[in-house]
Amino acid sequence: MSDDQHEPTRTKVPMPIAAFDDPHLGDAARNPQRVEAIVGGIFVLAIIFIAGFGAAYWQNWDPWILGGTIGAGLFLLGFGLTAWGKYLMPQGPFVEERHVLASSTEERDLMSAALVERTAVVVKRRKLLGGLFALGAGIFGIVALFPLLRSLGPVPGDTLALTNWRKGTRLVDSNGRPVHLETLVVGGIMTVYPRGMVNTDEGQATDQTVLIRVQRTDFTTVPGRETWAPAGYVAYSKACTHLGCPVGLYETELELLVCPCHQSMFNVRNGAVPQFGPAPRPLPQLPLTFDANGYLVAQAGYDQPVGPGYWTRSNTT
Amino acid sequence: MSAPSTTPRTKRQAKAALGPYGRAGSIVNDLDDRLGIAKGGRVFLDKIFPDHWSFMLGEISLYSFVVLLATGVFLSLYYIPSAHEVVYHGSYIPLRGQRVSEAYSSSVGLSFDVRSGLLMRQAHHWAADIFLGSIAVHMARVFFTGAFRKPREFNWIVGVSMLILGIVNGFLGYSLPDDLVSGTGIRIAYSIIESIPLVGSYLAFFVFGGNYPGNGVIIPRFFILHVLIVPLILIGLLAAHLGLLVKQKHTQFKGRGKTEHNVVGSPMFPTFIAKTTGFLFMVTAVIFLLGGFAQINPIWQFGQYEPYQISYAVQPDWYMGWLDGALRIMPSWEWVGWGHTIPLEVFLPAVIFPGLIFNILIVWPFIESRHTKDLAYHNLLDRPRDRPKRTGAGAAMLTLLGMVFFASSTDVMANFFQVPLIWVLWFFRIAVPVTPVIAYFLAYKICNEMRAAEGIGKRKRALVVSRSATGEYSTVESEPRPGDGAEELDAVPVPTYIDLVPPELATGEGVRRVMR
Repeated sequence: MSDDQHEPTRTKVPMPIAAFDDPHLGDAARNPQRVEAIVGGIFVLAIIFIAGFGAAYWQNWDPWILGGTIGAGLFLLGFGLTAWGKYLMPQGPFVEERHVLASSTEERDLMSAALVERTAVVVKRRKLLGGLFALGAGIFGIVALFPLLRSLGPVPGDTLALTNWRKGTRLVDSNGRPVHLETLVVGGIMTVYPRGMVNTDEGQATDQTVLIRVQRTDFTTVPGRETWAPAGYVAYSKACTHLGCPVGLYETELELLVCPCHQSMFNVRNGAVPQFGPAPRPLPQLPLTFDANGYLVAQAGYDQPVGPGYWTRSNTT
Repeated sequence: MSAPSTTPRTKRQAKAALGPYGRAGSIVNDLDDRLGIAKGGRVFLDKIFPDHWSFMLGEISLYSFVVLLATGVFLSLYYIPSAHEVVYHGSYIPLRGQRVSEAYSSSVGLSFDVRSGLLMRQAHHWAADIFLGSIAVHMARVFFTGAFRKPREFNWIVGVSMLILGIVNGFLGYSLPDDLVSGTGIRIAYSIIESIPLVGSYLAFFVFGGNYPGNGVIIPRFFILHVLIVPLILIGLLAAHLGLLVKQKHTQFKGRGKTEHNVVGSPMFPTFIAKTTGFLFMVTAVIFLLGGFAQINPIWQFGQYEPYQISYAVQPDWYMGWLDGALRIMPSWEWVGWGHTIPLEVFLPAVIFPGLIFNILIVWPFIESRHTKDLAYHNLLDRPRDRPKRTGAGAAMLTLLGMVFFASSTDVMANFFQVPLIWVLWFFRIAVPVTPVIAYFLAYKICNEMRAAEGIGKRKRALVVSRSATGEYSTVESEPRPGDGAEELDAVPVPTYIDLVPPELATGEGVRRVMR
């Protein structure tokens, strides 16, 4: 600042020390040299840790060493910088006036006038043009929805109500093996799929069925389903009627199927009627029988859509 | 400034030719010639930021977002958004030889076979949780201090929008690894979309490309939403949020010299810049320390998602907990009639409930101004106790959300406290509607009592107990300490020159001399 012409006049004004309003910090603020030394030390430590991260990365050490070094290094760097800002930089209090956000009434009126008058030119004098343009834009908006929405996927149709279970469909386990009388012990449970659907998305998500063997051999869940559970083998859809999670837990003593997502409980004894939790409907039951070779097959498909509810769902398929 | 007529021969001459402010001044001149930055730039350097610890909460969100972007870019270099089935050949032995999706395989791969990959993935996940957590706390601060009032209603709405998008993007992000826990979350999301009357099944089919689990399109779709579309909108909103903050200037608490028409605090350059940059480093550091030391979302333990598999005690990330809790405590009311079904047990808690909450949040500034008939500008913040009704409403809202949040762990609680699950469920079914009402009246009452109390909010003076020579004890109040208000100075505009006095002059004096 050798050029005297550029030197503005300097007046002395008393300024509070840094961190003036905190008696615990005043000491530090009054001893800037000590703060400088401490901040310098912190920066040196930070440099060591950050370099340590480089070494740890180079040597491909464990993630906790990587996180520990870079975390400690960055924290110290940030802490030092914050301390520098807090103790060694001007704190004020400084003041700044707020501007009035609002414009003057004249300016507002000018803007409103411009908007209204110019719109009037368009709308009032060229009604047909304006209408046609709006129509075009509107149709574009609707037409644009087709690729944006409709291209994304097929319409549901009745696919939500369908499964791959048919009359005579053989039950197979997750390895594709068919199920016979001896496959499950009493109290046992397994997940079964329609034959041929084991490794398909459809088979795993929609057709998944839970097969349980209960002790009673003349097991009837609901009147009218007397023949549905031969030899104590009973099958229910595994997709929860609440939100479609697999009903994967089985409480053997109480014969309850439990959904781990939201704790809906279905009573295996009376047709998987929900006896607890948010599920609204029983799990659909798959009628079973043994075929000529002694393997379990479906008597028929499910008599209602499986899984959670939706607008077009009705209680029959 | 006139250009030098002769070529400078020595360094000294060259320096003199640059003018009194040297190289920096020359750069300012060059930039100002072309961009006209000097006037606005000076104002920006002098911009005042009020100091209060609670004003840092939003900075945590901002800086965790920076970390999210940085770590996210790293992850995107290794993650493969594909449901295509491959055989895993990486270094995680239990998984070797298994058929998994490319998404899952690459997520495990970037955790174990990419240097610092696990640190980056965990830091990214922690940053997301911290991002949303700090938004929630920042929002509570803004709410309880009335910072959303005129003229800042728009910025409140921008903030709520960022919260919603943040939650959406968090969900999309933790769905990407295609592990068992996140897959279950996607299944639930599908069923929630499906529950919307009239259009639900169509929407679900469009989003997923067919019946659940779709045709493998959901992973690439979630990916592009997660890494491009939602972050782009978030960045736009963030720019608007900060732009409005600069234009409207920050609010401040009441205090000496602080009015509705000024801002009192420390200047942008250098004080605020130093402190906030330091804070950026510290927030980043904490996230990386968590990423290094605290395991989060160990997808290799969960395993690949299969639609027929599930694990016990599956819970989403914390910011989804309130929705999960609402789903759990909802009674099983399904409406059936005229050949149609409305799964109210899903639609009400998972669509209507969050919709209602977010709408209340968005319109709150207008609800309040209509109620109070207060249309004035507010740049000074309220103390929560001075607005018992608002504080009560906020307490009720936090209690409601807190209760449904805790309801998302009914099964874990039943196990932990060894009580029947049905008791826990009924506890929450009663507590969720009742406790917010109690919270409202409790907060309202506490506010009024605090306002009535004397000397509240004032710093207490120490009491000194002394013993006289005769053995008599007496108690006297200590002298006022610095900061008790006695010697507080009036705020001044930021001076150009700030000469720090040598320590020997400053010591004990309590003031610094500043040249202006």
